[in-house]
Amino acid sequence: MDLSLLSQLNAERSARRAAILLTHLETGNQRIIRQGEVEDTDPLASELESRFLSGKSGQVETGSGTYFLTVDVPPTRIVVIGAVHITQALVPMAKQAGFDITVIDPRTAFATEDRFPDGSLLAKWPEDALLDVPLDAFTALVAVTHDPKIDDLPLQRALEADCFYVGALGSRKTHGKRCERLMEAGASEGNLARIDAPIGLDIGAASPPEIAVAILGAIIKALRKGTE
Amino acid sequence: MQTDQARPDSDPLKTAELWTRDGRTVAIATVIETWGSAPRPVGSHLVIDQDGNFEGSVSGGCVEGAVVSEAIDVIETQTPTTLEFGVADETAWRVGLSCGGKIRVYVEPVSNGR
Repeated sequence: MDLSLLSQLNAERSARRAAILLTHLETGNQRIIRQGEVEDTDPLASELESRFLSGKSGQVETGSGTYFLTVDVPPTRIVVIGAVHITQALVPMAKQAGFDITVIDPRTAFATEDRFPDGSLLAKWPEDALLDVPLDAFTALVAVTHDPKIDDLPLQRALEADCFYVGALGSRKTHGKRCERLMEAGASEGNLARIDAPIGLDIGAASPPEIAVAILGAIIKALRKGTE
Repeated sequence: MQTDQARPDSDPLKTAELWTRDGRTVAIATVIETWGSAPRPVGSHLVIDQDGNFEGSVSGGCVEGAVVSEAIDVIETQTPTTLEFGVADETAWRVGLSCGGKIRVYVEPVSNGR
């Protein structure tokens, strides 16, 4: 591998951007493809797109020989706004499923070490906490405080940062009002349609842990199947 | 990268860049195919320098020694090669891929073309 190619690849990785290093195993020829920059005319286009979703490296046989795809997808993380009951159930489940998870809540009654003993908690206002955990395309944002003062700003930031999943707790009516506020704050209609609300997969979840399952399911679906 | 869950601090590709910039000559080994119970997933990397220093893992220890010595050849010839280790392979017996899996490893030099 050429050093310049290697440093390009490392730069993509450091910036938490997805990239694939394509190696022709017979000739050793290599190139880097960034996510979102797959040409329609590329004979490997569908292979590349599905690899970006699965995150798995592997070989592919083509008419012009065997290629190896080193797939570099940043570790996905979940940022939860609201240290509520649902979140207490969501944190261990998300960790088991392999996600990094951070919980943000400025309300000291909720944000206690007792309720979140695993160090996932930032007891700050989202505006400040998001400086420590910047949102990006490999982050899912889950807003569950029910309080516009806390939820609205991170939701808006998540849409701007193109988070792969953005979900907000609340009934359709609550969400309607939320959309009006976000629109006033400058969010576009197309962006607002990306918010998953009512939050989570429609599995009839009743208790906080069941809602956590529905949320985690929706996050995994968005990660593995993309937005359909 | 979904790299080394066991050692999240280890990043062979960044090490490869660092070592090359330091003036060392370096090869990168990548697991490109596995069969059976191979201990490291496809896409795992090992970086090796001309003196046989290495970082990362392609097999959890079973065949690293053999990969390192092949990598030193690759560094000398500056030509990539593909290695195969498995239970059916005498070398694998000797180096001890006792896990019963089979792996193919692509070894390539890092060229500092400038």
